[in-house]
Amino acid sequence: MSDVVEKTLTALPGLLSLDSQPGSTKLSSSSKLGNLIRGITELTSKHEEEKLIQLELTSIKEQVSSPNTSMRQMKELMVRAIYCEMLGYESSFSYIHAIKLAQQGTALEKRVGYLAVSLFLNESHELLLLLVNTVLKDLQSTNLIEVCMALTVVSQMFPKDMIPAILPLVEEKLNHPKEIIRRKAVLALYKFYLIAPNQVQHIHNKFRKALCDKDPGVMTASLHIYLQLIEENPEGYKDLTTSFVTILKQVVGGKLPMDFNYHSVPAPWLQIQLLRILCLLGKNDQSTSEIMYEVLDESLRRAEINHNITYAILFECVKCIYTIHPKSELLEKAAKCIGNFVLSPKINLKYLGLKALTYVVQQDPKLALQHQMTIIECLDHPDLIIKRETLELLFRITNAQNVTVIVDKMLEFLRVNKDDYTTIDLVGKVAELAEKYAPDNEWFIETMSTVFSVGGDTMQPDIPNSFLKLLSEGFDSMEEDRKLRLFAVDSYVSLLQEEPGKLPQRFLQVISWVLGEYSYLREDLEVDTVLRLLAKLLDMKTTSSETKSWVLMAMTKLCEGGAGVSVAREVSETYSSSLDTVLRQRAQELQHLSQDSEMRARVLPRNAGLDPLEVDSSLSFLDGFVSEALAAGAAPYKPPHQRQEELAQAKALSLEPYGLSLPISMSSCCITDRQSPTLLSISSGLSGNSNDLSYRGGLKLDGVKRVWGREGYLAQREPVEESAHVEVPSPLRSPSQQGGAGGSHSHTPTHTPTPEPELEKQQLASSLFVGLASQSSVCLMGKSEPTPQRFRRKANSPASSSAASEKQSNSMVSAPSTVDNLMFNNLLDSHITSEPAVSSLEQTPQLSQGLVAANGSCDEELPDSDVNGSSPSLIGDDPVVAAELAPHEEPPKDLLLSSCLPAELSGLSHSEITPLCSDQILDLSACHVQKEDALVLVVFIYNSSDSDIQQILLELDSEELEVSCESDSAVQEATGHSVAVCQYSLSVKRPSVHVELVGMVSYQFPVGTPQSVQFSYKLPLSSFIRPMTVSTEEYGTMWLDFSHDTKQNLTLISDDQEPLTATLSVLKKKLQLHVVEIIGMEGIVACRLLQDQPCLMHCRMHAGTMAVWLRSPVPDLPDCLMYFCQRALQEH
Amino acid sequence: MMRFLLLFSRQGKLRLQKWFTPMTEREKKKITRDMTTMVLSRQPRSCNFLHWKDLKIIYKRYASLYFCLAIENQENELIALEVIHRYVELLDKYFGNVCELDIIFNFEKAYFILDEFLMGGEIQETSKQMVNRSIEASDMLQEGDSSEWFEVELFG
Repeated sequence: MSDVVEKTLTALPGLLSLDSQPGSTKLSSSSKLGNLIRGITELTSKHEEEKLIQLELTSIKEQVSSPNTSMRQMKELMVRAIYCEMLGYESSFSYIHAIKLAQQGTALEKRVGYLAVSLFLNESHELLLLLVNTVLKDLQSTNLIEVCMALTVVSQMFPKDMIPAILPLVEEKLNHPKEIIRRKAVLALYKFYLIAPNQVQHIHNKFRKALCDKDPGVMTASLHIYLQLIEENPEGYKDLTTSFVTILKQVVGGKLPMDFNYHSVPAPWLQIQLLRILCLLGKNDQSTSEIMYEVLDESLRRAEINHNITYAILFECVKCIYTIHPKSELLEKAAKCIGNFVLSPKINLKYLGLKALTYVVQQDPKLALQHQMTIIECLDHPDLIIKRETLELLFRITNAQNVTVIVDKMLEFLRVNKDDYTTIDLVGKVAELAEKYAPDNEWFIETMSTVFSVGGDTMQPDIPNSFLKLLSEGFDSMEEDRKLRLFAVDSYVSLLQEEPGKLPQRFLQVISWVLGEYSYLREDLEVDTVLRLLAKLLDMKTTSSETKSWVLMAMTKLCEGGAGVSVAREVSETYSSSLDTVLRQRAQELQHLSQDSEMRARVLPRNAGLDPLEVDSSLSFLDGFVSEALAAGAAPYKPPHQRQEELAQAKALSLEPYGLSLPISMSSCCITDRQSPTLLSISSGLSGNSNDLSYRGGLKLDGVKRVWGREGYLAQREPVEESAHVEVPSPLRSPSQQGGAGGSHSHTPTHTPTPEPELEKQQLASSLFVGLASQSSVCLMGKSEPTPQRFRRKANSPASSSAASEKQSNSMVSAPSTVDNLMFNNLLDSHITSEPAVSSLEQTPQLSQGLVAANGSCDEELPDSDVNGSSPSLIGDDPVVAAELAPHEEPPKDLLLSSCLPAELSGLSHSEITPLCSDQILDLSACHVQKEDALVLVVFIYNSSDSDIQQILLELDSEELEVSCESDSAVQEATGHSVAVCQYSLSVKRPSVHVELVGMVSYQFPVGTPQSVQFSYKLPLSSFIRPMTVSTEEYGTMWLDFSHDTKQNLTLISDDQEPLTATLSVLKKKLQLHVVEIIGMEGIVACRLLQDQPCLMHCRMHAGTMAVWLRSPVPDLPDCLMYFCQRALQEH
Repeated sequence: MMRFLLLFSRQGKLRLQKWFTPMTEREKKKITRDMTTMVLSRQPRSCNFLHWKDLKIIYKRYASLYFCLAIENQENELIALEVIHRYVELLDKYFGNVCELDIIFNFEKAYFILDEFLMGGEIQETSKQMVNRSIEASDMLQEGDSSEWFEVELFG
């Protein structure tokens, strides 16, 4: 760049005088902008300002649209428009003119044009497309300033899908002779990498060239890309470690030109960037770490000037030293460094010192001990930010002994804090600590009450959920559970007696649930006292309707005895006419159940939380109803996430590969899918696996034994794991814990001012840092907590919120769902039993007895037995009846048709030949033939007239299927009384239990008179299923990659054989699945949907049923296959 | 990576805004409002770092003007403070003893300087000389015929 500047300077010698003070405040007193600004400063009210700006905008609008406005005036107008926008007034009319200015102006007008565009528009603005051409032109300009401007605007905002248009030009600039252009080009590519990484994949080797650029500026720019790349894949760039180390050495050694110095520190930005890269490369890698020890030492040594910038470098150094493979010598120096930060009088440095301590305290708890007095001081710092950071640090060192003091401090902070984001975060942390380390019941309940009242309705929903789960699941000692619940009831009753109006909704929900479940534990508590307290909540104006339904549910559980019933009647009368349907439903339940105590006891058994509820969440008792509905033409059920997906797909073309949506759909599957009843038996969770990375996305694997992992079959580790978490440690307090808790208790009251503040601090310190010194173990995070936790969950509670909300569906909603289930059961029991084993019809796709005539109506569903087998009433099911109903079909014709099957298909099994449609001239029938790798649809066109018909055009279309014509042309001809045959090969685009084709045949008869007939053809998805041969190892790897799943319990077939083997062989025979392996109680099965869409099945025998889990990368496929498996087994 | 840079006066009047990631107008307005209230309510001599959602906010006051820079969570606070400082130095070098009025009346220049200094949310050029030379090179072309520009001492 310097030469450009020199050239410009020599070209304009006359202007050099002006340059002596380039930036002096120059503005025209007549300048319109100046006038505007001055005008605004003189105004006193917002209203006046508004008026003035509107006036200004009108005048700008007038001028920009006038054809006589020159580009120079336009430039001035744009500046004014920018100013108005900055004040918050929209000037969208000027956007297009900004683009025009960038397009047509001279270099300088262009600069303002580009600036205005980058301030006005954002990446998705449609006008931006108009800019692409201008950018293209400027990138090719010979004027370097124009090229620079184009690169700048491109890195500021550029429509993602237009990147390919300019990419080659930007790439080309990497070889530009001027370093400033190369530098900007690298940064533009970095920006592209961030917004569309796959589009710059091919230029990765060019990044390497940029890294080796002779200009340090270009090299620095390329490090931005490398930091990003290495963050994503540190393994791929280990070979560059030596290069980065060498560069850092040179920088630290002052080998760069002076230009790169900042306050006499050599290239600090570059140093920090390199340190961050080294940090990523050396993490968990001893040999790579060893390469960098020397240069890190050097960096620590060199950074000695007392200036912010050196502290910035030191901070990064320390972080790096503590992240990479440790070296004691360096750790010592880094610890000293942290000390300097913490002890610094400068508040910014102190803040960073706390941050550094927080970062390293897991590895080096003693360091926190060393600085305990400083930490105590920071805890009472007037600046909330410092306080907050200190709490973060304390959170990391919390153990069973200091938890009360630390949580106390956190709650104290929460009461004064006003920032929602911090509150949400901190409330979550308090809840976590309370659950992990609570010293006793009272403390736990009280702390959680504070959490609920302070956290209010903004806190994470999984906090109340997991609290209730903890209460309901209990621990190991019944007595402890009882005490905890009793205490909760006590304290909530007294809360309600005070001022419940102040409590947040979430807390009220928790309270009502607890009272509903456990108030019976307090024997001296009258039921109607509780009921009245709850009823009071209903009357409060502030209570949301969600809370009201919680309250009503609680009341339903409680209403008992004379007084209870009267309260219940009162309430249910009020709400049974509520406009809110949920409330109305709850009120009805309350009304009915309060009157029928026998039913109530059955529906809402007391203390149900203890026993795992056997909820048939697959709603299998509704199967009869469902199949009837399906037979009547109802669409098969699709879970909401699938519906949404389909909706999204229908709206726009999805260009993303399926894999990308994986985490989302996985978690949604967790919530919405039908779960097997085993899932609800909480005791069989796998808490041992929580650290296993292969369970991304909070997969809920309870109830399914883990047999296949990333490495394939996981031999027999499982039983060990299971037995390990059956024995949950007893919640008895260890003596040390008791001591600690006692100690801290005695300290909390001493918070009141004492004459000796120092002493108080000392005491606080000793209660805060208790347990740190004695602990030899490195990890304080509670993962390998040496002291037993009080509230150890029976089942693992995954951290992800999706899992948490699932928990909710298991535990909290359990009560109403029992109600629903039972009520439905009552209603439907008779219905189900009235259709005894309708599933008696033969099926298997290999039927070849389809020569008998079937029904003849055009749109009738194919009498495909494996679908309709169980539907009781379909006429078409019974061939004899069908034949009688459709007398116009002559049986011989079918024989004739089947003889028309193409030779290569005749040996294969085919479905019945079904009439599609007919008119006076043509009769269309069809059947599908199962080939090993394809499904072929054969359409027979029978010309029943005497004359020949040419040009018969057959068109087929389907939403779910891909149809390709196998014949040479779609056009057929049929001579009189003969049959023309068309073949189509089908594959599934979008699975659905039944897939449908619609078609139209058109022809001219007599010639010149167009005729057309429409028809449709339905076939079950099972016709597309083929076995897939995979090994157990391959199965294991595939299993984890698939995002769509469904779970259900199916009935086992108990022949004389071993039930699992028998069941699987039935499935194998009927659905053409491939049984990969059967190991003990579990079996794995694989199949594919034509063409190559895999679906995996995992079965496990459990309590007389078979828990089936299906997974596939294809949405809906698991659900459909589950349907067929269920049918196949029922029909057996 | 930097997310945005805002310059506002003690009265909370926005003087310059630079957004490095796409944002809707609504978000921008909300953030601007949040930043001004958050930063202006800070006591003197407190820490220069704040949290806002998952971002770190680094602010510094120079005379009557507040510079407020948002960085991502893994970035270094101190170096961000120096980014602000270097920008002030650049403005100072260009305008010569810069004051808020320079930036108010010549805000487009302040943007140009910023564009030479930062690009796409990352540091592009840290050398004062280099940035200034680029700006001056462009200004040369611009002011070749700037007869209408003259000094105004009005606002000193």
